Amino acid sequence: MTDKLLPPKKKNPQLRQMVPTLPPQMRSRAALGLTSAAARGAFMLQHCEECGAVQYPPRDACGSCLSVDLAWRETARDGTVIAETRIHASPDPYYRERLPWRSGLVRLSAGPTVLCHLHGDVKRGDPIRMDLKLDKAGQGVMIALPQERSPDMEDDPQLRELTAHPKHRRVLITDIRSPVAQPLIEALLKAGAAQVFVGESESWRRGSDHAAIAALDKVSVLPLDVSDPSSVKKLAAEIGGKTDILINTARHVRPGGVLGSDTVFAREEFEINALGLMRLAQAFGPGMASRTADGVNSAVAFVNVLSVHALSADPHYGAFSASQAAALSISQTLRAEFASSGLRMINVFTGPTDDEWHQPLPPPKVAPKALAKSIVEGLCEGLEDVFCGDVARDLEERWRRDPKVLERELAGGG
Amino acid sequence: MKRQTYDGVVLTAPVSVPYVRYSQETAHWWIARALKQTLDVAGLAPRELDGFSVSSFTLFPDTPVGLTQHLGVSPRWLDSIPMGGASGVVALRRAARAVQAGDVDVVACIAGDANRIDSFRQLLSSFSRFAMDASYPYGSGGPNASFALIADAYMAEYGVTREDFGRIAVAQRTNALAYPNAIMKSPLTLEQYLSARPISEPFGLFDCVMPCAGAEGFLVMREDEAQKRGLAYARISGTIERHNAFPEDPVQLRGGWAMDIDELYEMAGCGPEAIDLLQTYDDYPVISMMQFEDLGFCAKGEGARFVREHDLTITGDFPHNTSGGQLSAGQAGAAGGYLGLVEAIRQVTGQAGGTQVAKARTAMVSGFGMINYDRGLCSSAAILTGGGA
Amino acid sequence: MTNPLDGLAAALADGSVEIVDLTHTLDPDFPVIVLPPEFGQCARFRMEEVSAYDGRGPAWKWHNISMNEHTGTHFDAPIHWVSGRDVANGAVDEIDPSVFVGPVVVIDCSEGAARNDDFELTPEIIVAWEAEHGSIPADSWVLMRTDWSKRRGADYLNMADDGPHSPGPTPAAIEKLLARNIRGFGTETVGTDAGQGAHYVPPYPAHYLLHGAGKYGLQCLSNLDRLPPTGAMLIAPPLKIKGGTGSPLRVLALVPARTGSGENA
Repeated sequence: MTDKLLPPKKKNPQLRQMVPTLPPQMRSRAALGLTSAAARGAFMLQHCEECGAVQYPPRDACGSCLSVDLAWRETARDGTVIAETRIHASPDPYYRERLPWRSGLVRLSAGPTVLCHLHGDVKRGDPIRMDLKLDKAGQGVMIALPQERSPDMEDDPQLRELTAHPKHRRVLITDIRSPVAQPLIEALLKAGAAQVFVGESESWRRGSDHAAIAALDKVSVLPLDVSDPSSVKKLAAEIGGKTDILINTARHVRPGGVLGSDTVFAREEFEINALGLMRLAQAFGPGMASRTADGVNSAVAFVNVLSVHALSADPHYGAFSASQAAALSISQTLRAEFASSGLRMINVFTGPTDDEWHQPLPPPKVAPKALAKSIVEGLCEGLEDVFCGDVARDLEERWRRDPKVLERELAGGG
Repeated sequence: MKRQTYDGVVLTAPVSVPYVRYSQETAHWWIARALKQTLDVAGLAPRELDGFSVSSFTLFPDTPVGLTQHLGVSPRWLDSIPMGGASGVVALRRAARAVQAGDVDVVACIAGDANRIDSFRQLLSSFSRFAMDASYPYGSGGPNASFALIADAYMAEYGVTREDFGRIAVAQRTNALAYPNAIMKSPLTLEQYLSARPISEPFGLFDCVMPCAGAEGFLVMREDEAQKRGLAYARISGTIERHNAFPEDPVQLRGGWAMDIDELYEMAGCGPEAIDLLQTYDDYPVISMMQFEDLGFCAKGEGARFVREHDLTITGDFPHNTSGGQLSAGQAGAAGGYLGLVEAIRQVTGQAGGTQVAKARTAMVSGFGMINYDRGLCSSAAILTGGGA
Repeated sequence: MTNPLDGLAAALADGSVEIVDLTHTLDPDFPVIVLPPEFGQCARFRMEEVSAYDGRGPAWKWHNISMNEHTGTHFDAPIHWVSGRDVANGAVDEIDPSVFVGPVVVIDCSEGAARNDDFELTPEIIVAWEAEHGSIPADSWVLMRTDWSKRRGADYLNMADDGPHSPGPTPAAIEKLLARNIRGFGTETVGTDAGQGAHYVPPYPAHYLLHGAGKYGLQCLSNLDRLPPTGAMLIAPPLKIKGGTGSPLRVLALVPARTGSGENA
């Protein structure tokens, strides 16, 4: 049974903060298929299109029939541990700091033997559920989990390295006015977050749930306007050193295409949705990136909430879609820049949200509570791309299948 | 089709360049030293080098081709055997056939590797594509962790204990004390073996080899050539090799020898009882135990009982890894795949000095190499007998 | 010939004329008017560092700034409002610069505004003021003092579910001022109209009537408590923005020094 993770003690200010190290990062191109699946929580292995043999490790030709027609497909996750070891010595700096480390051999019911990380609750002979997760190097790795959920299983130190779990961590939500703010606070606290900071822009406007939110236990409302560099810098100076998870909920949405609208709304959308993300990353990113090995409440994730139309524009929200595409692009650069620290950049893609800016749209729409749940799940599972709601999942699937077809469909020419 | 014998081809001029734990010297330096020593024994000048077979992990960015210019040799036959622990026997197989066919008169077979600080980590992290993709990222225990998994499954399957493995390690240490080049120079007790710090469970410190720098070598030539030069030599009774045997086994509880051992004995015209001494590839005692089984000295699953019932030291009833093996002599990269072979040549030619087994006439050498992902892929074995001079 | 400015120069030098700054600091967090969200909004003041004696410019520091014409202490030109769209020379770059310097009178509504957030400037108050200080001179600036500029944060816009609550003039009061042919009207609040000014007929009477009559507006003024009811000179030149409907500005007043303590502010 996993030992319950205790809240960290206050830091000893005389001890040097651990410099982040990463597990081995090099992979073949084929192995990036694991990373691709892990990034969105899928469990995929290569299947031979000719003979059906399931392959592992990832390869370029079938180990059974030499076909080069290998496709990544969802695969049964169950298997049995056939060997285990506890590693006490490693020349790799990342693992050396985390010894002992358990790994094992698992025979998957799908066929292959997988050398994998072992959750503390599984041992030789046990049936397991295999999961594919991103490690600190951002690469997809296998971990064998108990088939049945065990109490506090997310506290297992090896599993926790592979997730961005909010437990005992301090979280900044950037915009109190976002409808997701309140359910998100609740979900984070339920997941064990130690503290939630909530940014409030333009408190002189009133109209936020300031009083109700500020009254919550473990929650502080602080001034933050992502469109104002000085405000972002000021808050980073104040709480940047203890922001373990940053969730950017600030966004500006106005309906309308491109031809019929001027650039005032568009500018506002880019200021908040794209440049706001950039300002937050510039102010909070370096500090967070330096604290990714800082113990139980290490910095772990930078979360950005995006419209799924970042992938392909909704012409009814032309400038907004463009700002989302820009934000997605910025997040990809940030992901590359955060890679050396292990700080995870998570994009949560959502369909139309159930708010005033999507009011005339027919359902399904994403309720704030559902979005909050997806964000926290993304953290708990350690995903990189989370698709929230039926519309987002449907659009993602169509986008994967054929972006041009999707473009035509969204243009009403489908 | 029945394989041809190796009649008329011999192994001679075994040399070992003493190992060093860490060294600034390169693989080129170590290989040059072994090459010069073995040529000196035969009275050959470097420019007379006819055939050259090289095994090394650390020549990068060079290959044996670059090495020819580096060392100023002009061989008409060049081979590169990148098979780690199986390299020695595989090199001799290739060289023997080339000599037999007349493509070359004399082949110098050399293995050597450098060991600078941190070069082991660099070697492990890019050892193979499968290792890079699917084993090294899981704790980076390297071969210790991968073989620990094999040992764990093997112990569970056959009821083997750490004491059983310990007997192998302790006997080899006893042997190493008689081998002047061994890195390990103090005795080892079973108690010390059992209480050593864990490396990757079930392995403790003395289950693992010590990476070091060094080189080994020997010459392959026609028997008449060896006689002409007045060299002691060993004859080759039989050899086998196999790669990626039993891919359907979920975990490696047997090696490729199990596929080919009958053919080896048939070719040599003898059985296990004719073997005076055995040199296994001992990256871990569990692998040596597996070889006792797969090479026919006992049945599968009887390895533990075998080591309990036999004395594996030089003077025992089953002399095994007489120079201490890699566990006690050290593992000089690819030279580890030559250690047992070079020692076996010395043994059957009566040149083993302090480690000499009395009346050693027939030796078996087995090789094992390249843990590409979850198991060693290459296996090899040879039976040698002492010859003339 | 004596230079008529010699006297002013001497007065400034000896302190008998003081300069009072009526301007709020341009600060990103300073309130701007808030419209229903489907409308285009007034851009907040924003400043980004271009360089600060560093790799982006080793020996100098400077910023890019951005804002609306109506951000912070600012000037409203006639073309700002639909009623003034056809006013000749109604854009800030077209206005005769003599408009930007001129006499100013201050109607003190601070007591009433302290009692009532929705305090109204009415014709009666203007009449009463004139009884005390004389008629409002033609072509002078008229400023409505409420001390609203001393409010901070959310109390400034004073937004509620039914909109902002802040003092301002009634339509009749504006008609009255127009009858005096004033130059323009200024307030300490975020606009020249009351927070609830939308509910008058016409809505936003200060904007509608003043700009329709070719008059000017000033808002977000401060330090009006340092001006005398009459006798001060206002300097309020907007930036010369082509076709501009308004402009942030630095508003200064020339004020005769007080001759002793206890005088009316």
